Amino acid sequence: MPPVNSTHYLFLSLLLFSIGIMGTLMRRNAIIIFMCIELMLNAVNLLMVAYSQLFHSADAQLFVFFIMVVAAAEVAVGLAVIVMMYRKVHSVDINILNRLKH
Amino acid sequence: MDINTIVFWMLSVMAVSCALGVILSRNPVNSVLFLILTFIAVTGHYVMMNAQFLAIVNLIVYAGAIMVLFLFVLMLLNLNADVEPQKGQLVQLAGIISGGVLLLVILASIRTSQTVNMEKSRNSIGLIKDLGRVLFDKYVLPFEISSVLFLSAMIGAVVIGRKEHITEDSKVNQS
Repeated sequence: MPPVNSTHYLFLSLLLFSIGIMGTLMRRNAIIIFMCIELMLNAVNLLMVAYSQLFHSADAQLFVFFIMVVAAAEVAVGLAVIVMMYRKVHSVDINILNRLKH
Repeated sequence: MDINTIVFWMLSVMAVSCALGVILSRNPVNSVLFLILTFIAVTGHYVMMNAQFLAIVNLIVYAGAIMVLFLFVLMLLNLNADVEPQKGQLVQLAGIISGGVLLLVILASIRTSQTVNMEKSRNSIGLIKDLGRVLFDKYVLPFEISSVLFLSAMIGAVVIGRKEHITEDSKVNQS
């Protein structure tokens, strides 16, 4: 088995990102879709850390840090929105939210 | 085959299989637990790459705080496998195909990318000493702005999530 190189991290991160995309398209539960978005953010973080090690640059790791900051803020607001939606329609099914279509 | 390679493959298999568990399990609580395992595997990768600060932040903020928030909301809303909405077979198949096509397209475009051995690039930029120096020197303005972002997110969450004013309708219901 060859030693770990940058392409391994590229493929792993791509795989995690694609799984996140598939989950976003497949599921109807708003919370699961939100979790899949977190999964995609983490895939990108992993790739950025790997390349910051390769290029000996601390900037990419700080970008990962800022991505985590924004993700935390986003989760706080997004879960509040989902709880409000549950209070109104008593479901987290995103197919109920199609009033713009009609 | 050295220990680094073995740990890399173990963590990769754990991350990918748990990520599949997130999107395939019917019970949302299981999904959250699988996602925590995925984040722990990613944290292991950070430790392997000597990014110690990000490893510990990932473990505390992501696997600790954010996922507990998700679990808390799931339990607050009392969601389980019985009330879980399911998409039709056709839509699920379309989701898998479009995700797979994206995977193939990016795979084809990065197939010829340059490969660099990770062992040769082992360094100490992931330590908190070096990261802190760059953070408070070059990125001090984004750091301060992110504190404003946190404040606005906190206020936003409170404003969105609070109970609405009692309307005429609910007054009638209460009485």
